[in-house]
Amino acid sequence: MTEPMIRHYGPKAYTDHPPFSYPEYRSTVKRSPTHDLVRIVQTLSETTGPGPAWTEISDEDTDLTTNTGTGSPAIGERIIVTGRVLDENGRGVPETVLEIWQPNASGRYAHWRETEFPAPLDPNFVGVGQCLTDSDGGYRFTTIKPGPYPWGNHPNAWRPSHIHFSIMGRSLGMRLVTQMYFPGDPLIPLDPIFNSAPPRARSRMIATYDHKVTEANWALGYRWDIVLRGERATPMDEGDD
Amino acid sequence: MSELLGQTPSQTVGPYYTLRLFREGENILAPSGHIDRIVIQGTVLDGDRRPIEDALLEIWQANSVGRYHHPDDTRDLALDDGFSGFGRAITDFETGEYRFETVKPGRVPDAEGAFQAPHISLIVQGRGMLNPVFTRIYFSDEDEANRDDLILRGVPAARRETLIAQLVDNNVYRFDVLFQGDDETVFFDF
Repeated sequence: MTEPMIRHYGPKAYTDHPPFSYPEYRSTVKRSPTHDLVRIVQTLSETTGPGPAWTEISDEDTDLTTNTGTGSPAIGERIIVTGRVLDENGRGVPETVLEIWQPNASGRYAHWRETEFPAPLDPNFVGVGQCLTDSDGGYRFTTIKPGPYPWGNHPNAWRPSHIHFSIMGRSLGMRLVTQMYFPGDPLIPLDPIFNSAPPRARSRMIATYDHKVTEANWALGYRWDIVLRGERATPMDEGDD
Repeated sequence: MSELLGQTPSQTVGPYYTLRLFREGENILAPSGHIDRIVIQGTVLDGDRRPIEDALLEIWQANSVGRYHHPDDTRDLALDDGFSGFGRAITDFETGEYRFETVKPGRVPDAEGAFQAPHISLIVQGRGMLNPVFTRIYFSDEDEANRDDLILRGVPAARRETLIAQLVDNNVYRFDVLFQGDDETVFFDF
């Protein structure tokens, strides 16, 4: 029998990620583990992952301004969001599906659970898309700049404009769901979900305005790279913790 | 060693992820009538033992002969047409129950040249979860294999039961995910 390829991935850098419990974001308090995580060796079950299989059956759907199929474009500020998915070694992560979802220009999600916020729905905008990264890890979406919206975390709480991104990854531990924020948004420093990330890592969630991406007479351009866990040459790199 | 790039922080999927991350039927990996079909069902419970009504569960598993549908699994074992080993389920908004229909995976190698007990990797996310949690589903009718399993042996004995799905009916297993408390499900870091 041929031996399987056992790669080794570096650890999740918990110092770059939010804690499980962050009381300023109230819902985390009862939905977070209280025992320490149990550290295990990486077997084939961890070094493989659903990314490649998921990619195989996923179609591209990268223009959220037209993908409802109504024939009419969505209302709002048209933007281009582009960048690369990298591993922490700086290598592009190719042929991987990015799935995104977001509210419309008014800050309203086209979701049955949104019943409190009286902002208009846009029949020409659903707010979902997916993109397959190219051989360099590059991706590109055209969408509408999402609006901020209120939520029930604390009095007069508002989420800054953001787009949700989901990546399956080639190995199980590369699984990442995160949010992309917009530069200069005054709501960012007030947002407990953004602030749950350690200070040194927060700016990695904010896109950069890039005039080279902006298309004349069409759409403003934003650039945002996403960094996932990466392979290590040997398990020795990670110490004994 | 060269400097590593900083990882992009994890953020919650929030309450609206079903817009993209779940579509009808993604919890069915093996359709009814499949000869090896099993059902895994359960609830996800918070620290007050209330059902989490909006959890996302993602599973990753080998097929019934123990082969992963993945380019790194180059072993000479058959893949099944149409079986990716990946599935997604959401908990019911009223009851907090989820359900997968799949096959029991075969055994895959561990890091020491032996075989692991049959198991399914499970990722749980939801509103109020800033990071995904990773666990494994083992099976109560695999006692002997479970006893020898390298990963289970590394879990404190008193907590191992939290990783074992209980056979409750013909080919139906129950696996609850519990946050907090003495009986909290074991979550892994790797």
